[in-house]
Amino acid sequence: MEGQLAHIGAGLAAIGSGAAAIGVGNVAGNYLAGALRNPSAAASQTATLFIGIAFAEALGIFSFLVALLLMFAV
Amino acid sequence: MATETHAAEAASAPGMPQLDFSNWGNQIFWLVLTLLAIYFVLSRIALPRIAAVLAERQGTITNDIAAAEELKAKAVEAEEAYNKALADARAEAQRIVAEAKAEIQAELDTATDKADAEIAAKAAESEKAIAEIRAGALEGIKDVANATAVELVAALGGAAEDADVTEAVDARMKG
Amino acid sequence: MASEAHGAEEGGLVFHPMDQFIIKPLFGGDTISWYTPTNATLWMALAVVAVIAMMVIGTRSRAIVPSRSQSIGELAYGFVYKMVEDVAGKDAVKFFPYIMTLFMFIVFANFLGLIPMSFTPTSHFAVTVVLAMLVFLTVTIVGFVKNGAAFLGLFWVSSAPLALRPILAIIEVISYFVRPVSHSIRLAGNVMAGHAVIKVFAGFAAIAVVSPVSVVAITAMYGLEVLVSFIQAYVFTILTCVYLKDALHPSH
Repeated sequence: MEGQLAHIGAGLAAIGSGAAAIGVGNVAGNYLAGALRNPSAAASQTATLFIGIAFAEALGIFSFLVALLLMFAV
Repeated sequence: MATETHAAEAASAPGMPQLDFSNWGNQIFWLVLTLLAIYFVLSRIALPRIAAVLAERQGTITNDIAAAEELKAKAVEAEEAYNKALADARAEAQRIVAEAKAEIQAELDTATDKADAEIAAKAAESEKAIAEIRAGALEGIKDVANATAVELVAALGGAAEDADVTEAVDARMKG
Repeated sequence: MASEAHGAEEGGLVFHPMDQFIIKPLFGGDTISWYTPTNATLWMALAVVAVIAMMVIGTRSRAIVPSRSQSIGELAYGFVYKMVEDVAGKDAVKFFPYIMTLFMFIVFANFLGLIPMSFTPTSHFAVTVVLAMLVFLTVTIVGFVKNGAAFLGLFWVSSAPLALRPILAIIEVISYFVRPVSHSIRLAGNVMAGHAVIKVFAGFAAIAVVSPVSVVAITAMYGLEVLVSFIQAYVFTILTCVYLKDALHPSH
């Protein structure tokens, strides 16, 4: 029973991955919108883009990690 | 709880191998060794070498650009020299033309003067000759007139002194 | 997992997505003491060999007009050098070999881990936590050595209203200490997630009807993983540069 609850928890934690996907899409989409408005400034901001994506994705990875922990380590 | 599944491979591995802290020491040991190896290879051999190559390339490019600039400056200089020579030659040619023109003009002038003088001399001679002829003619006319007048006077029955007749004729001719 | 897997195994589906991360002694035996050469050791050593091949053997001709292998080495050099210079500033260039080491290790460990049946050292928290702690300690020590107590100004946001500053300071301190955690988990998590997902798709291939879809999905994930491998190395490096900039110029 307890193990099955952990699996439910893992599934719930996996929702976080979807939320992180929204976040990453938001970052990339806004970058693209800005880059199309001012293409000359786009190249200088790719580093910021990747940092933003990395931060957004890290939180998704955290939820993935929680899911893994519930699946395998609890 | 995953022991049964993994029993075949790892007798006591937990679900996530990452959380098996018993082998962390091993991994950290080898990782530190790896990082030190990479660090020494990079900082002692690879990075100075690449930096040197890049600096050398930069130097070569800079030199080549400088050489190209120099050649360009030389070309500009040569063009300027060429233009200057051309202008000089043109000026020289113009000078020669002007000189030749002046010379010819001078020669022409002297020739004209000489011709003028000759013409003037000849004209004066001719005038003199004409004047002589005219004077001769006048003398002749006077003689003829005198003779004619004497004859006329004689024919009319008068006796006239030659001197008087001459005087009268002269007066008449002057009048 | 255990009961589920057992149930699945009876139905013909076997999911062992985490088995690829098990550390095994390289020359047999069961016990892993601190010096035992393991598969992790092997793939770290291969990463070293790859770095040497690319950065030392590739550039041995020192040509003015580079050969292909040499220009790849120069490309990697210029890429990281420019990153350090642009993000962390000119005075961070003396940390360049250190950052280059991190970048080269992560990028080669990631890429070598993409070879089928291989092992990825960077999927283990033991590895990434050490990498992240190295960065964290370096940045903290450099910050205090360079700026002394002024380094604490990093946490005191002088541009904010005075009333907010203590709260912001607490948040800043927390975020500062969370840095190594997120730094390490981001790298290991990304790599592990990709490999585990590929393994799960591979598990579905046991069903004949699904297997073509599975193969296509594995191919697509593999392409994504190639991208992620590089981007995670890039992100790890650039965040190191960002942290280093904070240490060298802590003014907010």
